[in-house]
Amino acid sequence: MKSAPVAISAFTATTAVGRGHRALLDALNARRSGLKRYEARSDFELDSAGPALDTWIGEVEGLQSITLPEQWARYDCRNNRLAWLGLQQDEFITTARAAVERYGPARVAVIIGTSTSGIAHAERAYRERDAEGHLPQSFSYATTLNNFSAPALVAQAVGATGPTFAISTACSSSAKVFAAAARLMRAGWIDAAVVGGVDSLCMTTLCGFAALELLSRDPCRPYDVARSGISIGEGAGFALMEMRADAPVYLLGAGESSDAHHMSTPHPEGLGARLAMRGALDAAGLAPESIDYVNLHGTATRSNDSAEGRAVADVLGSAASSSTKGWFGHLLGAAGIVESIVALLALKNGFLPGTLNTTDVDPDCPNSLLLDNATRHISVALSNSFGFGGSNCSVVFGHDATTQSSPS
Amino acid sequence: MIACAVLGIGVYGPGFSDWPAARAVLSGAAAYVRSDNAAPASGLLPSAERRRATPATRIALTAAQQALIQAGLDPVQIPAVFASSSGNPDIIHDICAMLASDDYQISPTKFHNSVHNAASGYYSIAVGSHRAVTSLCALDGTATAALLETAVQAIEADAPVLMVSYDLPYPFPLSEARPTVDAWALALVVAPATFKPAIAQLRLSDDGTNDAVDTALSNPLLESIREGNPTARMLPLFAALAQSGLSEVVLRQGNGRALRVSTAAC
Repeated sequence: MKSAPVAISAFTATTAVGRGHRALLDALNARRSGLKRYEARSDFELDSAGPALDTWIGEVEGLQSITLPEQWARYDCRNNRLAWLGLQQDEFITTARAAVERYGPARVAVIIGTSTSGIAHAERAYRERDAEGHLPQSFSYATTLNNFSAPALVAQAVGATGPTFAISTACSSSAKVFAAAARLMRAGWIDAAVVGGVDSLCMTTLCGFAALELLSRDPCRPYDVARSGISIGEGAGFALMEMRADAPVYLLGAGESSDAHHMSTPHPEGLGARLAMRGALDAAGLAPESIDYVNLHGTATRSNDSAEGRAVADVLGSAASSSTKGWFGHLLGAAGIVESIVALLALKNGFLPGTLNTTDVDPDCPNSLLLDNATRHISVALSNSFGFGGSNCSVVFGHDATTQSSPS
Repeated sequence: MIACAVLGIGVYGPGFSDWPAARAVLSGAAAYVRSDNAAPASGLLPSAERRRATPATRIALTAAQQALIQAGLDPVQIPAVFASSSGNPDIIHDICAMLASDDYQISPTKFHNSVHNAASGYYSIAVGSHRAVTSLCALDGTATAALLETAVQAIEADAPVLMVSYDLPYPFPLSEARPTVDAWALALVVAPATFKPAIAQLRLSDDGTNDAVDTALSNPLLESIREGNPTARMLPLFAALAQSGLSEVVLRQGNGRALRVSTAAC
């Protein structure tokens, strides 16, 4: 069933390639990766000597020196510093505050995706337990470890008092925020929403993915025949959604599904991925051939890329597709928003990023993969995000809400 | 304002093994006895998954199953909204404690059980549903956020949607930073207002103020539980559903703004 489009009137992304969407576009254009070799070290909330992991990470530089405003000091942790840094880019916070002013605080929702919130802060607090095992007095649970900490901080920062919550469905978290916000808008509950995602480096995910033997020893190589796993990154992204008819880009539809297969392995034929993409097309009222570009989930694990590649080829035929994780890594709970922003940049700039680090495309992945960057005008882009628990979400963005049903 | 119908109710909490037991207490017909429940072994989970599933998953699926049975619906057809403030508190503690002891060998099962959406993942696997499931958190407003999301989903899809909220205490020392009373799971099957057979009709509206006060429970012990467990903050709505007539409750969202929910038994 076709759903009403929602304007995306502002967006911003901060990752290992830089702060703001201009830095992201520049890095994509220049094919400059932000990934670097992981080194065990004592650092802000990565403070253990750490395990000797042979992998690459996408670290946002400078989080050590970010200071939250005094009234939000209790929110201080790596994840919320990253959220705060991200909010400042591209004048996003100013634009969001203006929307809150325009619609009224209660008519603006804040929905943020995160997978691990401030768990790095809890990891450190456990190291600082006293002789009886108590956590340090300074440890503030609600404003750091709880998944609500980032949405609460963002809501206060922009002044919104509408529905405020976190979506935490692992690596699909911040794609699903678009679907949830659009529903609240169409139900008439809100007029606008600040959606986003933020996830930061922590030992839990580094060691957890190491245990699953899913960390690549080299910078990740999505869809390559020699791919060997993910490079974990961190990032923050935000978008302002409104019901208006004069925006350059729109959310045209979202599709959500479940694999019902396994907690940490995708369905081998990408069943849930197919359902999510078909759901997004239905919601957008678009035929598969309307999709000009697909930003793949493309994690560079053996199982994801082969399952997703089959699903994309089956549902979207030969639509141009690429994974941009070679630039900034797998952002987990922030992957959906940042890769949606890559799709929005592609729409706005007539620029399709290729796939970094990949040279020899796996014949087991029958989708049409872009290796090199391309320059051409596109009308509709789709972004895939799939997570643990078999949680899948596809989102479709396009230019003109009034002409969305005519394929380009 | 959003109008919707309740088709099924599930309750798991100390002294409450199901909705009929909870209704008797919440309506005032029976005294509340806070007794330990038998460890739930949700019939939704296949035996292999039952061993791997976390306590949070087991209580969530126990309440979910009750609500689905009462609604008489096949879970394969129904989207689901899972919600929890604490997620899988025992797993988060285990991982933080391991890492602090320089033991980096987290088991793969422990890692995938650490995600906030573990319960919803196990749920979709258990019932074989490919429908959308989500997993929300809004601290003490978690259950309220889930109720709104569920109602909005049901209206947009013109179909029933399952809601499950669940919260368990953290182990020490996180228990000191976030005290949580008992283990609770509450479930509702919510549908558009015209769906039958309905147990009750709900009307959700914005409370309109920024300093709303939650509806309290008259039983002092239950009131202390309501204040001490994020999922139990939904109990005033369940108490309203236990009444035969009209009722209204105020449920705060995470940021202080509240939902006003009126209930009418069918």
